[in-house]
Amino acid sequence: MTQTGLFGAETLALHAGQTPDATHGSRATPIHFTTSYVFPDADHAAALFNLERPGHVYSRISNPTNAVLEERIAALEGGVGAIAVASGQAALHLAVTTLMGCGGHIVASRSLYGGSHNLFAYTLPRFGIQTTFVDPRDAEAWRAAIRPETRLLFGESIGNPALDVLDIPTVAGIAHAAGLPLLVDATLVSPALQRPFELGADLVMHSATKFIGGHGVAVGGLLVDGGCFDWEASGLFPTLTEPYDGFHGMDFAEESPVAAFLLRARREGLRDFGACLSPMNAFQILQGLETLPLRMRAHVDNTNRIAAHLAAHPLVEKVAYPGLDAHPDHELATRLLPDGCGAVLSFDLKGGREAGRAFIGALRLFSHLANVGDAKSLVIHPASTTHFRMTAADLAAAGIGEGTVRLSVGLESSADLLTDLDRGLHAVGKLNKA
Amino acid sequence: MDILIRQQACRIYTGGRNFDRNLPCVVLIHGAGHDHSVWNNQARHLAHQGFGVLAPDLPGHGSSQGTPLPSIDAMADWLLEMLDALGVAQASLVGHSMGSLIALAAAARATERVKALILVGSVAPMPVAPALIEAAASTPARAHAMINQWSYSPAAQLGASASPGTSLLDINLRLMERQAAGVLASDLRACNSWTEGLARAADIHCPTLLISGERDQMTPARAVKPLCAALVNAAGGARMITVAGAGHAMMAEAPDAVSDAIRGFLRT
Ligand SMILES: Cc1ncc(COP(=O)(O)O)c(C=O)c1O
Repeated sequence: MTQTGLFGAETLALHAGQTPDATHGSRATPIHFTTSYVFPDADHAAALFNLERPGHVYSRISNPTNAVLEERIAALEGGVGAIAVASGQAALHLAVTTLMGCGGHIVASRSLYGGSHNLFAYTLPRFGIQTTFVDPRDAEAWRAAIRPETRLLFGESIGNPALDVLDIPTVAGIAHAAGLPLLVDATLVSPALQRPFELGADLVMHSATKFIGGHGVAVGGLLVDGGCFDWEASGLFPTLTEPYDGFHGMDFAEESPVAAFLLRARREGLRDFGACLSPMNAFQILQGLETLPLRMRAHVDNTNRIAAHLAAHPLVEKVAYPGLDAHPDHELATRLLPDGCGAVLSFDLKGGREAGRAFIGALRLFSHLANVGDAKSLVIHPASTTHFRMTAADLAAAGIGEGTVRLSVGLESSADLLTDLDRGLHAVGKLNKA
Repeated sequence: MDILIRQQACRIYTGGRNFDRNLPCVVLIHGAGHDHSVWNNQARHLAHQGFGVLAPDLPGHGSSQGTPLPSIDAMADWLLEMLDALGVAQASLVGHSMGSLIALAAAARATERVKALILVGSVAPMPVAPALIEAAASTPARAHAMINQWSYSPAAQLGASASPGTSLLDINLRLMERQAAGVLASDLRACNSWTEGLARAADIHCPTLLISGERDQMTPARAVKPLCAALVNAAGGARMITVAGAGHAMMAEAPDAVSDAIRGFLRT
């Protein structure tokens, strides 16, 4: 990775946001398992509430362990700050509700994680927020879908599970021309492979449940504010540019021109919606984050080998991985993801749905489950699991076939993974002959 | 709040309380390439502790219109006009870095209007490395990186931030990037060419405090001493406080220590 700040990513992943604890000298980040914090005196208490003094009051709003995670991801992304929340879904919800209320509109890529699609397509409309889904590769479609009430553009760095690469500079340009911010879900790439703010994104979210944690033990989410978007100049965001009676009459953009979004998201969103992260989960996610750059290199290495192997196999119809020359976004990927395209790939087996079942059934190392981004290799059949609510047409539009299999390639020996995949392919061969 | 000064809209942050000119007034003046938000914590603290706070965005900075004023003296004139526009007869002036020179120049000129003077991260004269001025003019990103390198203590360069969940260095980068092209270079030239600081210091008669960061590489504590010595006429003699562990960006690195130092001095 290229270094843009004072320290490289490997260093930030280990150190950013933490100094050895002053009381005991603990080198590791202590788990501050406490709901609340003693006020030294009445004046200090009042000063904390008035934001005269920074500090912790109650762990729904902030917690010292969570703060290390937040500062570390902000430093890695090059953002002004971050908010750790209970899940990736909570991060997305927090972003949306900080920017808009009833009557708001979102333009989103139609190639999204199924849960995000659910939130936009079914749940948010119940609260008066509509979403138009567009082909992420169609710049004109993004532009044309923007309405006067649009408040956000949203896409994934690499769409899950179609593996299309979001042209962040182009979509950000379209957003900014309309006075709108672009939120990027960078879960599949992590800051080790892409820093979306440098490409023009304004907000970044992660399901920290995935590669950032890396161990598959803790659910968590992160919302990062890039600090570049000019809310006052846009004029479309009264939640950030008008006094808020619900919090000291604060005009967030006047208070902090660069961190207005972050301030409102914490002071309103965490306070009122309450999707805070447990400090235990924050600690576990920090343990993973420490080795993120190292792990992502190994993930990418294994994935490149597997993608090439599958692409050359006669029983595989097609492989979707932007790291392959044949992928329609390969050229874009070389520009936006020069260090690799992550560890999720999907492919279509000859033989459709039945072939998919036979393949997954024969695997031993790949675990069949609904997740990505574990250190262990994972496999799933999206049409019957993560995306089962989508109609056949929506599935096709999202690039998912009936026989599409998605892999999340782990850190096992690549030889063992190839052996395992060959075992699955052998089962497909037998099925197809029968 | 936004008011008109010289026919141009000027953003003045008041610390989260409406400005009341009947309260003792404190003016917080930001430094080169910055805006009022460097004073967030101190402004809120003073505003909630009985002061009327004015933290302006200087012309051409932040949300204030216009172009940056070319010299420290011009900025000092503007500052006094701001007080006129708000009907403020007397105020204490607190400035950081370039802002400290503005405060010093204004206090030397309008001795009867300035009740107390607090210079934060201040040296006079304030020579700016030619390489930094050159970078600010030609490749701002390089200048911003140099400023971050020199503005934060070694500990703060990696965190932990005093404000939970924020990356202080990234906030400072964004703040500098947000200013219009040429603002930083213009400010740095203004600092560099204002050479009268030590001479003007003798004109200061009000109580004066210098606050310096123990790990400040921009305006190191040892370099503050000549200015302290030149403030010969400051009421009771100029006082100096060193903020333990802090770098030049001490308002963000050690917000409580700086707030307490300012408030403690203004109360005496
Ligand atoms: C790309 C992407 N975004 C968001 C999410 C939601 O994250 P979480 O499960 O942590 O709520 C997921 C989870 O699978 C995901 O893959």
